[in-house]
Amino acid sequence: MLSRTAESLFWTSRNMERADTIARKLEMGYRMSMMPTQSGGMASEWQSILAATGELEKFQQHYDEENQDNVEHFLVYSSENPSSIKQCIRAARNNARQVRTAITSDVWSALNQAYLEFQAFEVQGGTKPDLPSLCDWTKRQAATVRGAFSNTQLHQDGADFFNLGYFVERAGNTARMLDIKYHVLLPTIETVGGAVDNYQWTTLLRAFSSHRAFHWAYGGDYSPDKIAHFLILNQACPRSLKYCLGQTNQHLDRLSQGYGAYSPAQLHAMRMRDDLATASVGDIIQNGLHEFLIQFTIENNQLAEKIADSFLFGER
Amino acid sequence: MTFLGIGIMATPEFFNEMTNDGEIRAPYTAVMRWYEGTDPAVLQQKYREAEALFRQTGITFAVYGDQPDTERLIPFDIMPRVFTQGEWERLERGIKQRARALNAFLWDVYHRGEIVRSGRIPARLVYQNQAYEPAVVGMSPAQRIYSHIIGIDLVRTGADEFYVLEDNCRTPSGVSYMLENREIMMRLFPQLFRSSRILPIDGYCDRLRRTLQSVAPPKCDQEPTVVVLTPGAFNSAYFEHSFLADQMGVELVEGRDLFVDGDFVYMRTTRGPRKVDVIYRRIDDEFIDPLCFKADSMLGVPGLMNVYRSGGVQLCSAPGAGVADDKAVYTYVPEMVRFYLGEEPILNNVPTWRCSEPDDLNYVLDKLPELVVKEVHGSGGYGMLVGPASTKQEIEDYRKRILADPADFIAQPTLALSTTPTYVDQGLVPRHVDLRPYCLVGKSIELCPGGLTRVAMTEGSLVVNSSQGGGVKDTWVLSS
Repeated sequence: MLSRTAESLFWTSRNMERADTIARKLEMGYRMSMMPTQSGGMASEWQSILAATGELEKFQQHYDEENQDNVEHFLVYSSENPSSIKQCIRAARNNARQVRTAITSDVWSALNQAYLEFQAFEVQGGTKPDLPSLCDWTKRQAATVRGAFSNTQLHQDGADFFNLGYFVERAGNTARMLDIKYHVLLPTIETVGGAVDNYQWTTLLRAFSSHRAFHWAYGGDYSPDKIAHFLILNQACPRSLKYCLGQTNQHLDRLSQGYGAYSPAQLHAMRMRDDLATASVGDIIQNGLHEFLIQFTIENNQLAEKIADSFLFGER
Repeated sequence: MTFLGIGIMATPEFFNEMTNDGEIRAPYTAVMRWYEGTDPAVLQQKYREAEALFRQTGITFAVYGDQPDTERLIPFDIMPRVFTQGEWERLERGIKQRARALNAFLWDVYHRGEIVRSGRIPARLVYQNQAYEPAVVGMSPAQRIYSHIIGIDLVRTGADEFYVLEDNCRTPSGVSYMLENREIMMRLFPQLFRSSRILPIDGYCDRLRRTLQSVAPPKCDQEPTVVVLTPGAFNSAYFEHSFLADQMGVELVEGRDLFVDGDFVYMRTTRGPRKVDVIYRRIDDEFIDPLCFKADSMLGVPGLMNVYRSGGVQLCSAPGAGVADDKAVYTYVPEMVRFYLGEEPILNNVPTWRCSEPDDLNYVLDKLPELVVKEVHGSGGYGMLVGPASTKQEIEDYRKRILADPADFIAQPTLALSTTPTYVDQGLVPRHVDLRPYCLVGKSIELCPGGLTRVAMTEGSLVVNSSQGGGVKDTWVLSS
């Protein structure tokens, strides 16, 4: 398969996953902004949400205040922000369009439909959906594309690249979203325990559509180490780092088998998986959750680069 | 979508390909029997189905821009155009003859230039031609073939009168419509095919692949790898590029997928670099290699021409092939047939006056109101004068242009273009048509029994290009 085709598939799914997680982050910010803080005022979560998307600086260049309207505009409708939902959907659709023969018509129409519906939101004089509806809409589009792909696409190397895009993006996002929680709200792990903090933890779980799953898996009260375990080390949670790495490894293994050679990306992914296999939540928290997440994010970015190198994406 | 490029005007008498003195001509008897025996409501229904099928298969042509509705359908006529095998065989011999002569001419003008030395064609027309490519002088492409896919545009004026309107030696488009038109007709009217013995055309893409493989370069020592090179998804003919690649089972690449390393061209694949032997390029000469041609081209492959010249890759069509399909050179094609093949041309050119020659010029200036005058290097039907359809003022203005640079113009008589029955809301009506068959030139020369018939859907109109409401129809050759 042409490297460009593989690359386009990889970025189609990455962009849809990114749109999905932006919607989830916005949902989280929206809920948290209705919560009083311990100091009595209303929590301003928007800055941390922006930090988690990696576009805080760009935001500050274009807007003066971090309020819901501005953040919503920036993360949903902005053309300046390459990671806005609009731009992600557009990029996903355009990547797919370039390799139209490599995807089924079901996948194409799911992507094209998302693109066209979003355009309709922006029509002059039309009414934009409110933020929660827009977040739901975005998650639904992502799910439709994912479903169309699983249901209709041949499960060969193209599907591996498509899935790699999902899981690399998702692992990075889970790590960053966990880090928002750590970074801004929990300077030290030991102070956790107040009702407000619990509410914020549950909001985090909600943003992963996992607050009920959490109860099924762990029962009882929320605690930061349980939640950390759930999102980092739980094999069954489809958003945990461990699950994402497991999937990434599976797809890289399959590519290696098909192509008859190990790839540098595969070796890197194996090492990341092995590191997690022996990790415990206690150790991670002991050694610094923030440091762990930063390290993970760095390695995850390296993984994306190694995938590009291994399969000749882009320029030689 | 190319413009038909004709300056042919309506005159009162047209040859109707279906009727002759009130009788139905032989090739159309079965179609007419079927048409008359079919409930009009069913025809309406089929007509709508055809449109739905075209949308489904994505046979649209892109209109540049980023609006949601930038893809348009080409009107499809459900009435086929029919040739007998006898009629077709003559066309076939004529087209193949022309294809051989054009390739012989191309090889000659990049080598000794015998045809120029013998005084049969002016040196200026060849060597000062914009399409003449100094970069390939003296080199020989595989099998000495420059133009591998030749689209020869034909018009008909009588039962046995065909004229070649122009030759397309570079990258003629439209063949995907020829193939899809047939697919859709077979789905809509299976009974018609069962009863009519129509020669199949579905082998075209296999033949195209074999043709391309047969011109693999000398350095290729295994099964040749063929690719289709496209400018990208935003090109208006992108559908055709992906269609052909898909049907041949080869990769559709863009310039950035290819790179030159040493003596060869490679494509980047997920398994690593893979050598490419034959490139069916749908990019113009000047864009294919920024190191050799337009330096700012982002579409091409740096270093490609070096590999080509050293026999590491074959480009189809070969760079420089365009010098054979220039409008001024066109007038010399019958001469080429005599010179290289020692044969008389089977297909005629439309009689053409070259304003570069004093006698011709005088005649043209005298008869301007009756003639069609074209710029030699023009294309797309722009900048031409259609005498009978122009005002006195327009003719006088054009006269000044001709006098300023006579060598830049040619003139042709207005021909009576044939009509075929075309299905519209009111029923069957005669509409003007042209024909573009696609000739494949590799180790052997092949022609699919059929071609793309373009039809001017508006009454009286002679303009068949799709951007101006022109449609397409299936073209049949009946087995005898």
